Amino acid sequence: WIPVVGLEIHAQISSNSKLFSGSQVQFAAPPNSLVSFFDASLPGTLPVLNRRCVEAAVMTGLALNCSINKKSLFDRKHYFYADLPAGYQITQQRVPIAVNGSLSYSLCIDNKMSQMVTKTVRIKQIQLEQDSGKSLHDDTRSQTLVDLNRAGKLGLFSCFSSPFSAAVRELQLILQTLGSSQAVMAEGQLRVDANVSVHQPGELYGVRTEVKNINSLRFLAKAVDYEIQRQIEELENGGTILNETRAFDSKLGCTLPMRDKEGKQDYRFMPEPNLPPLILYDAKSLPANMNHQQVVNIDWIHERLPDLPSVKRAKLVEWYGILPEHSFTLLNEDGLTEFFENVVKQTQMKPKRVIGWILNDLLSYLKQHSLTVKESPVSSFLLADLLNLLEKKEISSTAAKQVLAELWKGEGKTPLEIVKEKKLGLIQDQKELEQICQAVIDGRENEVIAIKAGNRKVLNKLIGLVQRETQGRSNPVLVKQLLEKKLLE
Amino acid sequence: QVSAALREGRVTPTELCQRCLSLLKSTKFLNAYITVAEETALKQAEESEERYRRGQPLGVLDGIPVAVKDNFNTAGIETTCASNMLKGYISPYNATVVQKLLDQGAVLLGKTNLDEFAMGSGSTDGVFGPVRNPWSYSRQYKEKSVPESHSEDEESNWVITGGSSGGSAAAVSSFTCFAALGSDTGGSTRNPAAHCGVVGLKPTYGLISRHGLIPLVNSMDVPGILTRCVDDAAVVLGSLAGHDPKDSTTIQDNFEPFELPSLTNVSKLSIGIPKEYHAPGLSSEILSLWSKAAELFKNAGARVIEVSLPHTCYSIVCYHVLCTAEVASNMARFDGLEYGHRSDMNKSTESMYAATRREGFNDVVRGRILSGNYFLLKQNYENYFIKAQKVRRLIANDFVKVFESGVDILLTPTTLTDAVPYVEFIKEDNRTRSAQDDILTQAANMAGLPAINVPAALSERGLPLGLQFIGRSFQERQLLSVAKWFEKQVKFPMIQLEEVKRHDHDVFQHQKSSFS
Repeated sequence: WIPVVGLEIHAQISSNSKLFSGSQVQFAAPPNSLVSFFDASLPGTLPVLNRRCVEAAVMTGLALNCSINKKSLFDRKHYFYADLPAGYQITQQRVPIAVNGSLSYSLCIDNKMSQMVTKTVRIKQIQLEQDSGKSLHDDTRSQTLVDLNRAGKLGLFSCFSSPFSAAVRELQLILQTLGSSQAVMAEGQLRVDANVSVHQPGELYGVRTEVKNINSLRFLAKAVDYEIQRQIEELENGGTILNETRAFDSKLGCTLPMRDKEGKQDYRFMPEPNLPPLILYDAKSLPANMNHQQVVNIDWIHERLPDLPSVKRAKLVEWYGILPEHSFTLLNEDGLTEFFENVVKQTQMKPKRVIGWILNDLLSYLKQHSLTVKESPVSSFLLADLLNLLEKKEISSTAAKQVLAELWKGEGKTPLEIVKEKKLGLIQDQKELEQICQAVIDGRENEVIAIKAGNRKVLNKLIGLVQRETQGRSNPVLVKQLLEKKLLE
Repeated sequence: QVSAALREGRVTPTELCQRCLSLLKSTKFLNAYITVAEETALKQAEESEERYRRGQPLGVLDGIPVAVKDNFNTAGIETTCASNMLKGYISPYNATVVQKLLDQGAVLLGKTNLDEFAMGSGSTDGVFGPVRNPWSYSRQYKEKSVPESHSEDEESNWVITGGSSGGSAAAVSSFTCFAALGSDTGGSTRNPAAHCGVVGLKPTYGLISRHGLIPLVNSMDVPGILTRCVDDAAVVLGSLAGHDPKDSTTIQDNFEPFELPSLTNVSKLSIGIPKEYHAPGLSSEILSLWSKAAELFKNAGARVIEVSLPHTCYSIVCYHVLCTAEVASNMARFDGLEYGHRSDMNKSTESMYAATRREGFNDVVRGRILSGNYFLLKQNYENYFIKAQKVRRLIANDFVKVFESGVDILLTPTTLTDAVPYVEFIKEDNRTRSAQDDILTQAANMAGLPAINVPAALSERGLPLGLQFIGRSFQERQLLSVAKWFEKQVKFPMIQLEEVKRHDHDVFQHQKSSFS
């Protein structure tokens, strides 16, 4: 069986005002406080296209390797629903703004980040359309940025083994990088519906169903997988697939038929007569005397595209010598790349070592406390400070971890202060260290004999003892040298 | 002239306003107004007076009483579209054209009557009842009408105004205001202008903002201007035209209001007479009037030639498809949820929608919605809607070809006959009537061209007959100049109404030009 899956992704454009009316956009505003006359579909009001939204669409199209249609059209899609005051939605059904693009993403094999493959998915088209009223009315969430979906479920590994989730994740990153959408699923800024069908090789495509109500990337993978299985089982048992809309139930982990949407819905598409065709220009076609304010120039936008995630990741790997999977994690966590780069700037420690502290220590603290990078009590400055101490060998790495734990409390102390306070500094005085080593050697005759006889492993025990004597304040490498010198010469 | 009178202090804005209001009251039987905004009008008049006192009037329109068709949004004043669906609806904003008039100091007397949602050619199908043509009560008509039995027949003999901007036309015709706004989708400004003996201008599509005009057919609607003379129409046009950022279909180019020249020489003009406008049903009176007009131009030295607009015969059918399709779409917003009428039916949202729409809309509106939705169905879209769009382009191209061949202006009749008695009119249904009556005016809407009705003569029955001039896109200046010349030649008689005589004063006497 060959499954065919198409994703319909709705991304809310990040702009100050709405697509067709002048009213503001603001998440979690009181219900109906941001409604202009046009939004309420008062009779006699007309849509006026928002330039910023057009630019966002063009940017997104370019980032996804689409052809931008220099002329695109607006249509009305009619249906009656309480959240659609005008009785129709303005969309781009005939000629959308961008077509025929592609999205490359990385897929984990067996959930191991070390085994990633690059895949490409086709983007059929990008169209501008009105959002319905739902998100205005249903919003009761608070403004805080703690988003467990984002922080918790992704964990330390930001890699999906489901191609659908991986692709959508990459798209999210691209949209966020471009600034065209904040694309957070939990806030309704990104919605994904899946169209699923299955067929036997060599035969025509099967009947497809539409799966809605998918609220996170993990559920996306589950929903699609479930639906594919369901269809296969149904067909193998001699049944048929209905062309219907199904809702994903996250608690039950399955798809259920939605309330009947009248079988085939005829949307009676009609050109939107109040919006002339949208004409975009590029450097070649731009008329000489045209007011710059009045037009959208594709080439101008192209020149100003920021680095896309894939490019950013490649650069990180190249400049800092970190592993590809590290770059994924850096990009996946909001603000982490910046944090990392700031630390690197302020420390002599090699980036390859810094990354370990960032990903293993800092990030896991953040995750444990469900904090974002921005909320970290340990700033990049403090961490860099700490790493410098480590690099200068003034403390051991065990001690460093202890210092970090203290820093985490956010009491305003510097790493140096903590080191002094807790007496974590490595003993710098060679003579003192020698004395302690000697003391340990003197107290452990049997071990000394074993070492002199060739059993090197026992040396570690002595090192451990020295560590205990010094309360962890000795540099193990140095201790080893000293012991070896004393014992083996 | 009235404007001059205001400036010179011969009459004050409040006096003017009060006279119009009382004339309005005496002519209430015409049913031209749905809402009279007496308080706000008087207040506006007072403010205008203050400005004149300080010697700082806002312009020619300052203090001039005007009326606005009830499908334009007016803040704080009820806007009903003569429909149950919007009875009691008070809009929070002014249509751009209304705002422009107010900004010029015009005094808004009230909202005029129309066919429900502007669908009709008689102004007879609104929920507030039909509008009566003031000429029904004129000496000219009464003298010519066959005396049958007594006053009872005066009641049943009254004639329609034409539509759908009948209220506005009647208001201007009966002197209760000096200018009125109508709308024109298939002839709705020019048709009643012809029947009521006033000037009715349909501007080029895209010249005047439609923001705030409750739409019938978005791709054909324009705000229309009704006045008693061509000069006045030019003044109003000057105050309304121009790009509106709130209406994306208005053109960006700057509009320069113009002073209308008084043409003396028409010898450089080329007038086209489209032969297809010799439509079936055209009365012999109008036919001969049309020929006389052509002769007039010829004798004055203009080049008058017969031209052809071959696709004219398809325009009514094409219009029906496109109009009903857009109507079906535009009426979708009336669901009783956000504003307007809401049915008491509350079993489910769908049943509430259905009941609300059945109760709120009349048969005409519902009929068009059903047809429109039919044409927009996926299986029909190609054969009806797309086909009609193609035919529309052919019709528009007919005009382009004729204008490119050197013709400046087209001269045609506006209506097939003079105004018919109401009792006759209602014998046929709205759709039939519309199909018949729109035939001469409707193609200009398809092509987006400017057109104007100029009252030309009285019929045998003593009722007004008008002729139509159609011009090139955005060439209103030329169109109005020719219309003004023609107006001067024909010297159309003033209506002789008892009621007006009673309120008589200098201002109303020399009634050709009100503003300049």
